[in-house]
Amino acid sequence: QVSSAAASGGYPKRVKVVEVGPRDGLQNEKNVVPTPVKISLINMLSETGLQVIEATSFVSPKWVPQMADHTEVMQGINKLPGISYPVLTPNLKGFQAAVAAGAKEVSIFGAASELFTKKNINCSIEESLERFEEVMKAAREGSIPVRGYVSCVLGCPYEGKISAAKVAEVSKKMYSMGCYEISLGDTIGVGTPGSMKEMLTAVMKEVPVGALAVHCHDTYGQALANILVALQMGVSVVDASVAGLGGCPYAQGASGNVATEDLVYMLNGLGIHTGVDLQKLMDTGTFICNALNRRTNSKVSQASCRL
Amino acid sequence: MGTVPSALKHCLSYQHLLKEQLWIAEPPAAAHPAQEPQASGLPEYIKIVEVGPRDGLQNEKVIVPTDIKIELINQLSKTGLPAIEVTSFVSSKWVPQMADHKEVMRGIERHPGVQYPVLTPNLQGFHSAIAAGATEVSVFGAASESFSKMNINCSIEESMEKFEEVTKSARNMNIPVRGYVSCALGCPYEGNVVPDKVAEVSKRLYSMGCYEISLGDTIGVGTPGSMKKMLEAVMKEIPLSALAVHCHDTYGQALANILTAIQMGVTVVDSSVAGLGGCPYAKGATGNVATEDVIYMLNGLGINTGVNLYAVMEAGNFICTALNKKTNSKVAQASFSTGTIN
Repeated sequence: QVSSAAASGGYPKRVKVVEVGPRDGLQNEKNVVPTPVKISLINMLSETGLQVIEATSFVSPKWVPQMADHTEVMQGINKLPGISYPVLTPNLKGFQAAVAAGAKEVSIFGAASELFTKKNINCSIEESLERFEEVMKAAREGSIPVRGYVSCVLGCPYEGKISAAKVAEVSKKMYSMGCYEISLGDTIGVGTPGSMKEMLTAVMKEVPVGALAVHCHDTYGQALANILVALQMGVSVVDASVAGLGGCPYAQGASGNVATEDLVYMLNGLGIHTGVDLQKLMDTGTFICNALNRRTNSKVSQASCRL
Repeated sequence: MGTVPSALKHCLSYQHLLKEQLWIAEPPAAAHPAQEPQASGLPEYIKIVEVGPRDGLQNEKVIVPTDIKIELINQLSKTGLPAIEVTSFVSSKWVPQMADHKEVMRGIERHPGVQYPVLTPNLQGFHSAIAAGATEVSVFGAASESFSKMNINCSIEESMEKFEEVTKSARNMNIPVRGYVSCALGCPYEGNVVPDKVAEVSKRLYSMGCYEISLGDTIGVGTPGSMKKMLEAVMKEIPLSALAVHCHDTYGQALANILTAIQMGVTVVDSSVAGLGGCPYAKGATGNVATEDVIYMLNGLGINTGVNLYAVMEAGNFICTALNKKTNSKVAQASFSTGTIN
């Protein structure tokens, strides 16, 4: 029960923050960022105490021009010991290119919505997961851990409401395929603590909570409240994006990813250990916002007079 | 996530879904505001106290013409909001934005079932408010001596004595009084604020006759952690049903803090349409939490508020257009591509 967990102060002692700014964040920014700036961003993030930094995406530059320099970025960054630098790999070709460029962890992505999958990659959910089997096989052979993303877990821009059972089904499939962690994404940020709780209750029947992460978008301002509920239910891995980089491609002008600074501020206030230095994180946010010539989406940064 | 360029073409279908109010869900079927917990342990009904016209506008730079204020309040009166803080009977020397308090009080439509409280810093303000037709007033204390000194130029104790005069008069006239406690989770001058101090000030206001105590995170520094500790201390002195939270979103923590309060049984939440009102202590930062975003969350939790979210968004659109500013409500931003209704 959500309320009794809160009453007993039931929160994880530690939370792993997965920084997705350099990939998910930049991918949804209008301005294409030069390679040296991307590399500096990741290097700065590596100094903040973050343990996982999603570096880039090995997709075709035809589809995602922002990630065209994936090989240069992967080869150019300082890879600090103890930090993981996962990259997105949409297929076997991308996987092979990623490994050749030095990647030691990859991510694949499914969705809980048939229509979203069709519009995005022109096939059914089942077919998309079959395509990923090749990647899973190669990853197994190369001892490369694979993280699975499930999009649209709390709503879809085309289908509207998404059933919690469907999310559980797709998550279970990806987990059985060999993904060590499943990141549940509220892709359009429409979720609330109510729908988050319902969805997680269903998923936790199929996937151990220790293998779950939440990836909340703040498009409707609900991200931190949704994350709070997830924590109360035992989730201890949370995705976020420095400076809240990355708008929402489905709602023009709206925000997307939750800001890592605001997340860490909340976790600090709850006495939950993250290992992240908030000041260094804010400095990194300032750096990338200056480079992008944009204001930060982080309220913590704004309040600290870092416009 | 993943490759999304083809999805951009389908923005139109998404906007279409929004216009059908798919995400701006109708509130759960209205029941009488019983306080029994749902199966989830959360309240069935939350009273929203709309502070936009007072707290919101007071912290906006642009002086808003009287007729705009009146129109805003009239629009809010039609949304289902049970309480709308209208204005403040403070000296116009201190708060020029509220100089037209009498005109506003007299000019607004008074809808049955809606309360229209006004701030009254002292007995003089109280009498003025009553003469102008006010039927409910608020007084505001602080849990920080420094803040009290800097804000109203007296100690907490001295301010309580002034408020005693107000509550005494109010009692004689059957006028309900709401008490605010500022700096409940932190002070711009003192930093940390001890929960016991918040409890002490709250108890003082409650004992002198305030029917409800609104606990304000004035600079928005609170987190679910500090909210919980503070409420635990205050709940030892004040019945839960007499407590409200007034959260600022300056550090993005407001909804998480409100959720924590609700989980602990608080059933009254203050908010400001369109998130009106910046933070006077952090330049460029935001202040009040947006009513739209609060209602969106409560709707999603199956909690009844009696408020029509779309109507609030329209009122928010009206005032933002009048102020020539973008809304601070993320729900409004997400729903309308320019942050305003087309």
